[in-house]
Amino acid sequence: MTTNYQLKRADFIFKNENDWEKILSKNISRPPQELINELISSELKGRGGAGFPTGLKWKLSAEAVDEIKYVICNADEGEPGTFKDREILSKVPFKVLTAMAICGHVIGAKEGYIYLRGEYFFLRPELNKVINEFEYYCREINFDFTIRIFMGSGAYICGEETALFESMEGKRGEPRNKPPFPSSYGYMGKPTVINNVETLAHTYTIFKYGAKRFYDLGVQYSRGSKLFSVSGDTPKPGIYELELGMSLEDFVEEFGDGDTKAVQVGGASGFLVPRKRFNETAIGFQGKLTGISLPTGGSMMLFNSSRSMFNVLDNYLEFFREESCGQCTPCRVGCQQLLNGIKAVKRGEKNAQYLDKLLRLTETMQYTAKCGLGQSVANSFSSIVENFREEMIY
Amino acid sequence: MVQYLSVMANNIKITINGVTVEIELGTSILEAARQTGVIIPTLCYHKDLCVAGNCRVCVVEIAGQKRLAAACATPCEEGMEIFTNSFKVRNSRKHIIELLLSEHNADCTRCYKNGNCELQTLSSEYKIMTQDFIRLVPFKNYTIDQFSPSIIKDDSKCVRCQRCVRTCAELQGVNALTVAYKGDHMKISTFFEKAMNDVVCTNCGQCINHCPTGALVEKNYIEEVWDAIADKTKHVIVQTAPAVRVGLGEELGFETGSRVTGKMVAALKRLGFDAVMDTDFSADLTIMEEGTELLTRLKQVLVDHNPEVKLPMATSCSPGWIKYIEHIYPEYLDHLSTCKSPQQMFGALAKTYYAKARNLNPETIVSVSIMPCTAKKFEAARPEMHDSGYRDVDYVLTTRELAIMIKQAGIDFMKLDDMHYDRLMGESTGAGVIFGATGGVMEAALRTAYELVTGRDVPFENLNIKPVRGIDGVKEATIKIENPLKEWAFLDGIELKCAIAHGLVNAKKVMDSIISGQSNYHFIEFMACPGGCLGGGGQPIPTSPEIRRKRTEAIYAEDEGMPLRKSHQNPEIIKIYKDFLIKPLGEKSHHLLHTKYTARKRY
Repeated sequence: MTTNYQLKRADFIFKNENDWEKILSKNISRPPQELINELISSELKGRGGAGFPTGLKWKLSAEAVDEIKYVICNADEGEPGTFKDREILSKVPFKVLTAMAICGHVIGAKEGYIYLRGEYFFLRPELNKVINEFEYYCREINFDFTIRIFMGSGAYICGEETALFESMEGKRGEPRNKPPFPSSYGYMGKPTVINNVETLAHTYTIFKYGAKRFYDLGVQYSRGSKLFSVSGDTPKPGIYELELGMSLEDFVEEFGDGDTKAVQVGGASGFLVPRKRFNETAIGFQGKLTGISLPTGGSMMLFNSSRSMFNVLDNYLEFFREESCGQCTPCRVGCQQLLNGIKAVKRGEKNAQYLDKLLRLTETMQYTAKCGLGQSVANSFSSIVENFREEMIY
Repeated sequence: MVQYLSVMANNIKITINGVTVEIELGTSILEAARQTGVIIPTLCYHKDLCVAGNCRVCVVEIAGQKRLAAACATPCEEGMEIFTNSFKVRNSRKHIIELLLSEHNADCTRCYKNGNCELQTLSSEYKIMTQDFIRLVPFKNYTIDQFSPSIIKDDSKCVRCQRCVRTCAELQGVNALTVAYKGDHMKISTFFEKAMNDVVCTNCGQCINHCPTGALVEKNYIEEVWDAIADKTKHVIVQTAPAVRVGLGEELGFETGSRVTGKMVAALKRLGFDAVMDTDFSADLTIMEEGTELLTRLKQVLVDHNPEVKLPMATSCSPGWIKYIEHIYPEYLDHLSTCKSPQQMFGALAKTYYAKARNLNPETIVSVSIMPCTAKKFEAARPEMHDSGYRDVDYVLTTRELAIMIKQAGIDFMKLDDMHYDRLMGESTGAGVIFGATGGVMEAALRTAYELVTGRDVPFENLNIKPVRGIDGVKEATIKIENPLKEWAFLDGIELKCAIAHGLVNAKKVMDSIISGQSNYHFIEFMACPGGCLGGGGQPIPTSPEIRRKRTEAIYAEDEGMPLRKSHQNPEIIKIYKDFLIKPLGEKSHHLLHTKYTARKRY
């Protein structure tokens, strides 16, 4: 099964035309409903990885009745293999700030926060300068919106939206039970829109060029362009803006080193796709373009034949065991069991059938874990163990 | 088939395991299931605490959803179709129990909670007979903290349900226990991982009462007490606290809220104690001392305008509360009554008054107390509690430890005939009994103080001062003093303002309102535990608002059944003042029955 879809470069995010003041003043004079409709018709989906429709998110928060609301930019970019948000915040921060302010106008929020990953401390001084300039302009046009930076402290789990709120509230960064969802009960218990850095940058594109321009990119169910953080065994690692819906085969054709054995799509919490499935895999959201379609926060890690898939999985699991917040049983203990389990199989202490028991365990983790972290460990585990079973055993 | 559970207007229809039921909007799946007779197992869920959704044992399947939902944390929605025992649910639940067990030091036969452990019950229900997953215990650096005189914290038994953390924060506002680290290193710890005796822990033991496993248990002194009983050279006496008699039965086959005073006395005698006496006696004594202290303080403030004397006066019976105020409000220690708690009053008298009356060498007396409380273990070990010349109370056992001893001794508790306490310090009044419930000390004090001042009974029907009773966290009452006796004329027309707080989180509210000047109380009763002593950290497990309500009813029934209801009418109290103490706040009292407090730091 092949696709005639070709890799299409796009150039919106990093194109800087220094027109944010114009975009801001134009859009904050438009009625919120119009902006929401624009977003909804663009079919923009969250670029952090989960793919929730952005327009709907804004709509729900706009409908929530409360005097105080918040806009939060999730810049806790922690997924292994992702490094796009850092680039956006250092190259085109105004786009993100503008989008936050427009969101504030839409939902009725006067305060915005950027939750900045602890390791991105070096971005802070420059970002603060930009925020000062931005707020100065807001005051000039009599638009009441402030933006503050909140520094994370290095926990992966704090990228999960409700754990992020807890962290901002000064508590232990642990995911909350859902429902209630952030649109009605977010930061400080107030209705909150929380968007990934890249999502906000895309809304800037949409508000600038109109929904159609964005919608025309990509394929059905996966509209628009997306930044990809390409790393691993590739001659040209880096950040690329591509239209969604491409097949993995085309991607590897462009970025592979000729010996690509597998690609990890979506970071440690995503899926590993082996060579034999490149042509039937598309990159996008629940697309029906081809057999399988994988969402991604943009992390694309290429592995060539010199890589041991056991080591790859071992590395992921060690990461998850460490970064699980530890509150819920399936994630906390499950990650330990998976890691110890594959090691035991490798050492011959457990037989190969034990891998099947572990696969069933990942299913339980997927069904029962409290948040996306524990639920998605199954993705990389099952895709690696099912496709590279021999490497796990011998 | 539709079961109508309620006629509220805001109802929705859901289906649980194929049965359609109507429930109130906002009900969690767990509650809805319980209302309809479907049992969903839980571990981190507790009726006293906020919902956590940590353990995931209660997961259920909702039609149309791929993922399972935690029943405790998911509200029902109209038309929801719920399955609590589907293939997927069963497999997942079993996995989760197996995971918990793999991380748990499942050394059941050597565990103090063997037989009363929720994880044990779960694994028994699901018949987890094999150990398929790798045992993680050897990989862990589990520690046991035995430094506290009251509480043992064994991390290897912990299932990370965070009930203790929520208890310490929500019920007590102490936050001595908290979650530390993440991932596989995640554990329940204290400030800077200090030992439990080095942090703000008040030893209240509520964490023990809410722990589903053996991770938090009391430090028990069962063997020490058996040894003392076996030692023929020792004269072992025992006192029983008011709340023990309404809790003990739960451990020994009686329904919650059963009053087993007579059987308990009989059992203690069979265990071999040389004398069985009652803390209620010293509770009556406390009222005499504390009531007099209150009236003295009122005079010193209202008439003498003595700036050294502080109002409001706070009760000092609850050792958890004492340690709390010492840590959190050390500058307010002057507000505490100088009276020792009834346990310590009894202890000081046991090795003086009792020894003299029975012609015993105090050195040979071993003084044991049965308390609903773990903080009492700490209190008995305080260095200042040696006023008799010896350690006033040698061993403190909780209600649970007493039940263990009764079982070990092979006593068929149900079949025991009621017996009476021994004389001298075994007589009590209804006022002493109600010390076991929140508001009880206040009520007892008012019954005596009002009569002392006016010569009349408190103006409440049948002496029941209803405003100070009940489960509200903070209660207030005002009593107007009219036509007092001549010597108390200065109190004429004064409205005595009282407050009652139980649960330290409520104590904090009252303290903060005093500090901010919002309230001007004269007298406040503080109890560390929810519901007062009957909800104490040493009482039978489990606990819940319902269980505490039943114990409360039992306490007040016990009070109503007593021939004497006012502390100053207790003949043995009259006798001890005649023969030994001379008068309340007298020199002997001052020496034996009053104490000082220690300012402590928060860390």
